[in-house]
Order: sequence, then C-alpha cells, then structure tokens
Amino acid sequence: MAAGATLITFDKVWKSYGQGEAKVHALAGVDLAIRRGEFVAIMGPSGSGKSTAMNIIGCLDTPTAGTYSFMGIDAGRLDRNRRAMLRNLYVGFVFQGYNLLARTTAAENVELPLIYRGVAARERRDLAMQALAQVGLVGREHHTPAELSGGQQQRVAIARAIVTRPTLLVADEPTGNLDTARTHEIMELLTQLNTKLGLTIAMVTHEADVAGYAERTIRFIDGHVASDSKNLEVA
Amino acid sequence: MIWETVRLSLRSIRRNVLRSFLTLLGIVIGVAAVIAMLTIGSGTTEKVKADISKLGSNLLVVRSGRPAGPGGPGGLDQVVRPLAEKDLAALVAHLTGARAISPASQKQVRVIFGTESLTSGVTGTDSAYLDARDWKLVSGRPFSDSETRSGTGVCLIGETVRQQFFGAGDPEGEIIRVNRTSCKIIGLLEPKGYTGFGQDQDNVVLMPLHAYQRRIAGNRDIDNIYIAADDTTPTSELQPRVEDILRDAGRITPDRESDFAIRDMTQIADAMASATTTMTGMLGAVAGVSLLVGGIGIMNIMLVSVTERTREIGIRLAIGAHEKHILIQFLVEATVLSLLGGIIGILIGLALAGLASVTLTIPFAPSPAVILLAVGFSALIGMVFGFFPALRGARLDPIDALRHE
Repeated sequence: MAAGATLITFDKVWKSYGQGEAKVHALAGVDLAIRRGEFVAIMGPSGSGKSTAMNIIGCLDTPTAGTYSFMGIDAGRLDRNRRAMLRNLYVGFVFQGYNLLARTTAAENVELPLIYRGVAARERRDLAMQALAQVGLVGREHHTPAELSGGQQQRVAIARAIVTRPTLLVADEPTGNLDTARTHEIMELLTQLNTKLGLTIAMVTHEADVAGYAERTIRFIDGHVASDSKNLEVA
Repeated sequence: MIWETVRLSLRSIRRNVLRSFLTLLGIVIGVAAVIAMLTIGSGTTEKVKADISKLGSNLLVVRSGRPAGPGGPGGLDQVVRPLAEKDLAALVAHLTGARAISPASQKQVRVIFGTESLTSGVTGTDSAYLDARDWKLVSGRPFSDSETRSGTGVCLIGETVRQQFFGAGDPEGEIIRVNRTSCKIIGLLEPKGYTGFGQDQDNVVLMPLHAYQRRIAGNRDIDNIYIAADDTTPTSELQPRVEDILRDAGRITPDRESDFAIRDMTQIADAMASATTTMTGMLGAVAGVSLLVGGIGIMNIMLVSVTERTREIGIRLAIGAHEKHILIQFLVEATVLSLLGGIIGILIGLALAGLASVTLTIPFAPSPAVILLAVGFSALIGMVFGFFPALRGARLDPIDALRHE
C-alpha cells in the first residue's frame, strides 16, 4: 500500500554496552526511516543488533548516542514513564512467546492496556470484544491461555496489541513458536491489519518466507544496516 | 483504578491459595496473639478489680505485727502484741469518717451437722461486720448487740456451708457443731463466689466474737479490725487517723515503730489492677513481636512473588504501565494480604479470648480500640513490608523483565 509520512527515524543511532575494552556496540550509527503504513521485516543473525533496534523502535529502550524520533517526538530522550505513556498510546506489542497473563481470560488479557489508559470497565469490555472479533476469536473471550492453542494465543496477543488502536505494531518473531499452517494464518492476519487499518508493522523474523509477507526487508549485520530493500510482490 | 487494583490483587491472592494462606499465617498468628493477650488481659484486670471490690471497697484492715517494710513482713524474732478489745474500743470512741468498725478473728475449723462435716473459715465478729464488708443476708437476721456482748452460740453461714449440710433445705434454726461448741443458725449470707485467688468466699461461718474467743480460739485476741470509710472520706485520709488512735491506745512512743499494720484495700486494688495492666501490656508487646515476624514473612513472599511474576511485570510495563501502577499493584496486594490476615487473626484471637474467659471464668472484654488498632497495624505492616518488594518490581527494566524465564 502507499506509504505515508515518516513515522520513525534513526539518526546515527548507537547502542553500546559495557565499559572500555569490553565495550560492545549493538548498534553502530544506524540511519533508518520507516513511513506510516509500512510493513517492514527486520532480519539478521543473532547479535546483529536487530533486537536492540526493535526495542528502540518500540520505545522500550533508548539509544546511547544519536537520535531516535517517533512521530516527530525525540523518544530517545524521554524518561521511563513518558515512554510508557507513548507505548500505551501508540505502540502495540506481539511477542514470540505470546506473553499473555496466565490464568487470565482472553478478554481480560486484551483489556489490560486499556486499564492503564484509565478506560471505564464497560467500554473496555466492548473494545476488547471488538478486538477479539477482528482477530477471529469470537466465542473464546472467557478462555484462559492454557485453554487455547498456540495460534489462538497469538491471536489474543494481537488483539491486545490492536485494542488501543495503535499507530505502530512491533512484532518480535510472532510466528517463532507456530507450525507452518498457523504461521500462514497469523501472517495473513497481520497483512490484513496492515492493509485494512493502515497499521504500521515492524516485525523481527529470521525466516525468509515470513519476511516475505512484508513489503520491505531491513537486514542487520554487526550493528549496521546491511541491506534495505522492497520485497517483490508475493502472491 | 484503585478498585481495579484491589480486584486484581484479590485475584492473584486467589490464584495462589496455598501460598497466600502460608503468607497470611504469620500475620494471623501475630494478630490473634495480640488480640487474645490484650482481651484476656483486660478481662483479668476487670476480674481482679471486681474481686478486690468484693473484699470491700473503701476498706482498711488493721492487723497486728509491723507494717511490711521493703524487705517484706517483719522477722520471726519479734514478739507480736495482738490487737485487743481496748484497741477496738479506742477506734470506736475516737475515729471519725468511718461507716463501720468491726473486729474479726478467723480460723479454719471443722464444722459438723449430723454425719456431714466440712472445714470452714470461722470468723468471730460483731454485728457491724456485715456493714464493714458490705455483705448481705439472704434470709434471717444479724447478731443482736446482746448476742455479741454475751457471746451466745448463734451463727450466720455461707452458701457453701448451707449446700453441704442442708441441700435445698432451710437451715434456719438448725444447730451445727463448730469445733466442740454448738451454735444455732440464725441467717444465711448472700453468695459471693470465689476470689481471684481461688478462695471460696461462701465457705464461711460467722459467730459472735466473744463466743469465738471463748469456745474456739481460747484467747481474747482480735486478729483484724475492719474499718469501712464513709462515702465522703477517702481511705487515704482515714488511715493516718487510725494509726494515731492505735498508737495512742498502745502507748507507743514516737521513737518506736507501730506494732500493727494497716492495709488499704483500695490501694491494693489499684496496685493489682496496675500490675495486671502492666502484665497485659508486656504480653501484648511479646505478641507484637510475632506480628513483626509476620510482616517479614509478607516481605519474603512478596519478593518471591515479584521475582516469579517478573515476566508479568515486563508485559505490563511494555504495554504502558507506569512505575507507580506496578508499585501500587504490589503494595495493594501486600496490604490486602496482611489485612486479610489481620481480620482472620482478630476472629481467631477473639475466639481464643472467649474460650479463655469461659475456662478461666474471667469477663470477656474485647476492646474496639484494640481491634481497630490491630486492623490498622496489619494494613500498615503490609504497606511497610510490601514497599521494598513492590519498588523492586516497579523499577524492573521492561526488556530484562520480558526476557526473564
């Protein structure tokens, strides 16, 4: 789909750990831009800096040097609580291990981000139901994660990520724990959210066919962007 | 938001029933101990006060022998001049501010009626005794003055003596044998029950002092003189007057110590009450230490809980929870937990105190202030001991927390 205005900008972003001799650069001066409505796959071997980049994109982490701007905001300089607010308002997260609260129903899991937004209980419930309907889980609202399959759990996690109508969805190996058929379903769902809702998606994966669902692939190696290319249209 | 958090914490408490219960146990035991101790303690204090007022309020008791000094009662070597008729006469003649003055000599004596026998406290006294001790008659009449003077063989008996000899029957007019003398029952004393020291106050026989002296004691001594103050005179004022009169009567020169002692029952009552209050406070403090231990238990479990739920904290932080949300969540959880423990503890403590009041026959005296304090204190313990673990949870880095297995 047509890309809009710039959402995310990395301007010579560095992320370093340790001191002196033992200093390691997870990101070594990365420049990057993602536009609204894009579906970007981020690939690279482990230790390449892709996870660090994702954490910064999701406002979970801040750069050691350089500027990370999100929606024109210098998010890299914000304190913990302001970044938490930013995440709550504009970012949805989907993780490899689903990260749902155990012994908590699907609906309650989906409602969680709304609690921290101060949304009233009734409205929360309605929004959660809508989000669950969007991911095709009508009738499973009162199941706990233990009563759901892996694919269904990931759908709950996606519902939780989109219930706040975020601008950006950050997905960290969303299909890493799923079989091929489930992977296909989840990727179809993400693609649909991207095209229908115009949701910007940044997804880390190390599977080429999963990355193939995205429009663009950014490859990290040793803390640098090694390649950044438009994907060919997939069927 | 707060209500939401309370619900959340209740749910997480319910999720780990066994662990929550074990955590509660410390607080439950602590609060139960404090409540039981303080309730039983205040019941005991009441009981002691009631017992002593049974002995007679505003009562001075004079007995022969030196006043008890710091080293206790006088040594064995001293020859004690017993109180005598002339001391009593001097008091009756000169003492102002007294409602009743009465002599009393006592002895444990075998009392016989028919084939039954009983060892009873037999007291030789006069008709003012009932007034001085604030004792009442259920039936019959007190000694007349002429009976007191002449030492007639008449007596008043207590409820225990009546039951032993007459069952449900009427004792009046019956003749009982006291030691080797016989006396006619002319009245029945009101039941008074046991003293706090386990003494049966109803196992008594009263007879005229002269009859007692002649036929039972075999001397003319008076063991005690009971002096009841009138309503406007405090015993503390009466005591020096009594002392002066008795020193005069005994011709004790100012350089010598008195050879009698005056006990003020009001003072004794106050002393005993304050002693039990101190005791109660001490027991409460000891029980309070177990509350502290309970609080440490809460801290321990909350730390475990925070560690165990690191991932959950990570998820919450990632989707937009602020530090304060996490802090409040765990703080509320700890507080709800210890408050719950406090409430259970109060119920158990009150049950224990109730049980104790039945078995020890003391009044059940729960204090709303103490209960309220226990509730407040257990909530405070939750907050104080929950704060550190909660802060630890709130300060977690969401990235590390999410990676936590």
